[in-house]
Amino acid sequence: MDVLLFLIFASIAVVCGVNVVVQSHPISSAVSLIGVMGSLAVLYLLLGAEFIAAAQVIVYAGAIMVLFIFVIMLLNAGGETRRGRSFLAQLLGVPLLIAFLGLMAYFVQQLFPGSPVVHFGAFQGGTAQAVGRALFTQFLLPFEVVSVLILIAILGAVVLAQKEMD
Amino acid sequence: MNFFLLSLIKAAVVAFVLLTTLAYLQWVERKVIAHIQVRMGPSRVGPHGLMQPLADVIKLITKEDLIPPYVNKFLYLAAPFLAITMALLSISVIPFGGGFSVFGDPTWMQLTDLNIGVLFVLAVSSVGVYGIALAGWASNNKYSLLGGLRSSAQMISYELPLSLAIAAPLLLANSLRLRHIVQQQDHFYLGFIPRWNIFQGPMPQIFSFIIFLIAAFAETNRIPFDLPEAENELVAGYHTEYSSMKFAAFFMAEYANMVTVCSMTTTLFLGGWLPLWPESLGSNYLPSLVFAGAGAVALYHGLNPVRPRDRLTLPVVAAVFFLLALIFLIPAGHAVLAPLFWFAAKTGTLLFVFIWVRGTLPRFRYDQLMGFAWKFLFPVAVVNLLVTGIMVAVFS
Repeated sequence: MDVLLFLIFASIAVVCGVNVVVQSHPISSAVSLIGVMGSLAVLYLLLGAEFIAAAQVIVYAGAIMVLFIFVIMLLNAGGETRRGRSFLAQLLGVPLLIAFLGLMAYFVQQLFPGSPVVHFGAFQGGTAQAVGRALFTQFLLPFEVVSVLILIAILGAVVLAQKEMD
Repeated sequence: MNFFLLSLIKAAVVAFVLLTTLAYLQWVERKVIAHIQVRMGPSRVGPHGLMQPLADVIKLITKEDLIPPYVNKFLYLAAPFLAITMALLSISVIPFGGGFSVFGDPTWMQLTDLNIGVLFVLAVSSVGVYGIALAGWASNNKYSLLGGLRSSAQMISYELPLSLAIAAPLLLANSLRLRHIVQQQDHFYLGFIPRWNIFQGPMPQIFSFIIFLIAAFAETNRIPFDLPEAENELVAGYHTEYSSMKFAAFFMAEYANMVTVCSMTTTLFLGGWLPLWPESLGSNYLPSLVFAGAGAVALYHGLNPVRPRDRLTLPVVAAVFFLLALIFLIPAGHAVLAPLFWFAAKTGTLLFVFIWVRGTLPRFRYDQLMGFAWKFLFPVAVVNLLVTGIMVAVFS
């Protein structure tokens, strides 16, 4: 059952991911990206990380992608026109892609040899309590550094927006 | 009875009750708005227009299902489906009442008790935005597009104060499980003040209740925040190009969101299925009293009929009410139905407030709407959350 669900949602994620690149219209690409986010959330859920899954949907699918779609709709971006690919891309594209995928597979095999299969419910650290405790004890410094980083980004956005207004 | 069958039956009952509620909520809204505006409201189909929802459904099903040319067909068809699915989904985690047993099998009046229940509702409602935004874009119509844009901007903005307002009672409850949140609001201060989150110490959540309610109006696109469908500027907003059942899907999604938001308010702030005052002071006789009173009114009008047929119909209605009052007096019936009564009473009152506001307040201007969210509601919600956090840290 676990493996079946994993295969279904992993393939949805991969298909949607390929679709993001293949689609010519920005809105279609964005909708495919939402599909990727949603199936990733299901994969987190299968691993037993329900808090991360909910956060994935709320933050990525629910807020960030809505902003993406909002901006695309606001700019009223049309579909991009396809131009002919260069000779070099036609010649080397597919072989390079295969080589890249092979390299990735090799490294994954080398780095995580024979890692155990994860079953649903086996992992207990995914509840909101466990994530909160980990954030405020073990990972306190990275957590605070990230929040300062986000604060800097907000300040930067405010400064840029004010420059525009003057 | 096994778990699977029981869940299936519960899901069927909840779906039936929810869809009937949605249909009749629209009737109630038309009636209440009509009486606020000194009109009669629907009165032709059935007694007091009670068959009007059925007539509306038949009308919507039999209307021509038009797909305009030049729409993005896939997204145009997917949008209403997405909107109605996401709107109906969140009711599955709402607890309607306590535990009861079916043929010796203990179960709860709730479809599923997720340990991320609150987050689930937030996630589902945030995905629901796509239904409206994509409908606006896929229709290929400038009014629809403006409606979709307004709606997505408004819903992202109001989701922030909404989430912060939810976070404050969660600090008191110490759990994301909706059933736990209701259970920790049990018992009374001084024997009669309920420990609901809006009264609960160390920090009564009255402010987050108000913030939540205001943000909920914006999230459900209701007046005074119904800019996405402002008819005097945008024809009908994001659903201008939709007809027949696809229009009905958006219509139902709006009402389903209203029901969800009111159930969430009841669960988070108003003690869910718990009574307003303790049983020792007679709260368990209230349902019987209400139904007996309604029966007495119906019987009186049956005995002094305005129209000849009232002599026959109203005593029947009275008998039904008296029967309900009797069922609530039986201990077994009372134990199962009293929580449902209290939950329905609180949610119904909130739904009435939604309709009442629609009948009373004018629409905001769009910049006022955004300014209100970012410059007033958001800071107030942050301060409320901070104060609640400090109070909880100091006093418990």
